[in-house]
Amino acid sequence: MDEIAILGVGMHPWGKWGRNFVEYGTHAAHEALADAGVDWNDVGFVSGAITVRCGYPGYVSGSTFARALGFNGSQVSSSYAACASGATALQVARGQILSGACDVAIVVGADTTPKGFLAPNAGDRPDDMDWLRFHLVGATNPVYFGLHARRRMDLYGATTDDFAMVKVKNSRHSVHNERARFTKEYGLDDVRNSPVVSNPLRLLDICATSDGGAAIVVSSMDYAKAHGHSDPVRVAGISTVTPTYPDTMIDLPYLATDSGAGTPEPEVGFKESIGHSAYAEAGLGPDDVDVAEVYDLSSALELDWYEQLGFCASGDAEKLLRDGVTTIGGRLPVNPSGGLGAFGEAVPAQALAQVCELTWQLRGEAGARQVEGARVGVTANQGLFGHGSSVVVRR
Amino acid sequence: MAKTRVPAVEGMFTMDPDDPHLIGAKIAGRDSYFFPCHLAGGDPGVAGPAQLEEVELSSRGTVWSYTTSDYPPPPPFVVNTDPYQPITVAAVQLHTEKMVILGQVVEGYGPDDLHVGQEMKLALDVLYEDDDNEYMVWKWRPTDPIESELR
Repeated sequence: MDEIAILGVGMHPWGKWGRNFVEYGTHAAHEALADAGVDWNDVGFVSGAITVRCGYPGYVSGSTFARALGFNGSQVSSSYAACASGATALQVARGQILSGACDVAIVVGADTTPKGFLAPNAGDRPDDMDWLRFHLVGATNPVYFGLHARRRMDLYGATTDDFAMVKVKNSRHSVHNERARFTKEYGLDDVRNSPVVSNPLRLLDICATSDGGAAIVVSSMDYAKAHGHSDPVRVAGISTVTPTYPDTMIDLPYLATDSGAGTPEPEVGFKESIGHSAYAEAGLGPDDVDVAEVYDLSSALELDWYEQLGFCASGDAEKLLRDGVTTIGGRLPVNPSGGLGAFGEAVPAQALAQVCELTWQLRGEAGARQVEGARVGVTANQGLFGHGSSVVVRR
Repeated sequence: MAKTRVPAVEGMFTMDPDDPHLIGAKIAGRDSYFFPCHLAGGDPGVAGPAQLEEVELSSRGTVWSYTTSDYPPPPPFVVNTDPYQPITVAAVQLHTEKMVILGQVVEGYGPDDLHVGQEMKLALDVLYEDDDNEYMVWKWRPTDPIESELR
């Protein structure tokens, strides 16, 4: 797959600001355009990541952001793929660029999120799996996170302190990130003393849904060169794969998995396949990776990603964490931004925020949280209904 | 007067109090099963529209994992106890269909009573109630040691 250039990135800080999501997205877009040195009127395609929590303007986010920036006659599209929405919007923009339909595109995602559990749409809706799981089982998102965490404990001997250490590590990273929602360093006792949400996970093990916005200006490699970007960070691979039947790993929002009785399970499971596909496009593998941003919906899920992205064998993630490999200063730092647990989670912006962080890391612009000499980065992300994404960037 | 027992959602499980079964979908001529029946997925090994049969799924399996909800889930979950009692949830892999099914665990069992690989059987239990009805749902119940030996 041909590469595209990341010319500029921008973000509105994550937090609980309580303002209109459009404000965050527009702020991020202006910052990305300035970072790229690109005039808004030169942008030929606007790719919006959709938010489903902010009404109609959120469903047509591409147009909403385009209008806020000043309609300039560009082509527009909006994408929804749960937590992977940002990566899907980036993939759509890449397609436009590589097909020659445009030279420069901007990808924008932003969200304003309510307090508490994310819940399904109102009404009596038994034809909606998302409704059924809440009504019949009380299966909130943390229930699914808890299932995966408890399985790590029973299968691999993980401890609740291992999970807590992920939070501690990531909070030590986010202390140095002025865009993070939380810039407080948490200790093991802070996590241990927070209330249990879904056994074995405590409140501080679980991601905090936040407000925020992220934007990326991307272009063809030719355009980048012609406009003074001689060595830009490049998008080398994007994966937004669906699972392969039969997917026998229970996940949001389903009440049941596929059946493994009649068809052999695929050699590569769904979450592993997300990274595999991005690596394959990039012609790179786990050994090439210098830095990663992974989707720690819970602290324990960050450990799952170490294995699913090929950083270690199944059951060895705790050792990687305990040995400091995934801390800044280690061989393969994970979530230098602070991750979802410390940076925060703004669903449609999150997959873009991951790429923004890696862009700063690969440019050497990450300040006190810089991963020295980073040349290759990978993101991983997963959401509801069989959506997930991975992006490989390189310098 | 005793309350009437009705399913919390129609058509997803049988109402036999002693031997309930989930109602799934099976693709004719293949061991491809889905639950619930009305939201069945597809099997890419089948060309064209699949012939779906409604079947009762087997009712025994082993624990894939388990957890709790220590906070009351938001609607459409109906909190049935005041104050809210944390619920335990298990994901159980059915022996026959090799699919993992979520469900609450019957009252009296917490995470300390469960482990991955443990044998479970489907039960019928009250999800919530109002003045007239008890709304029923499937739950998972650990099989006792004696019952396991008899299998």
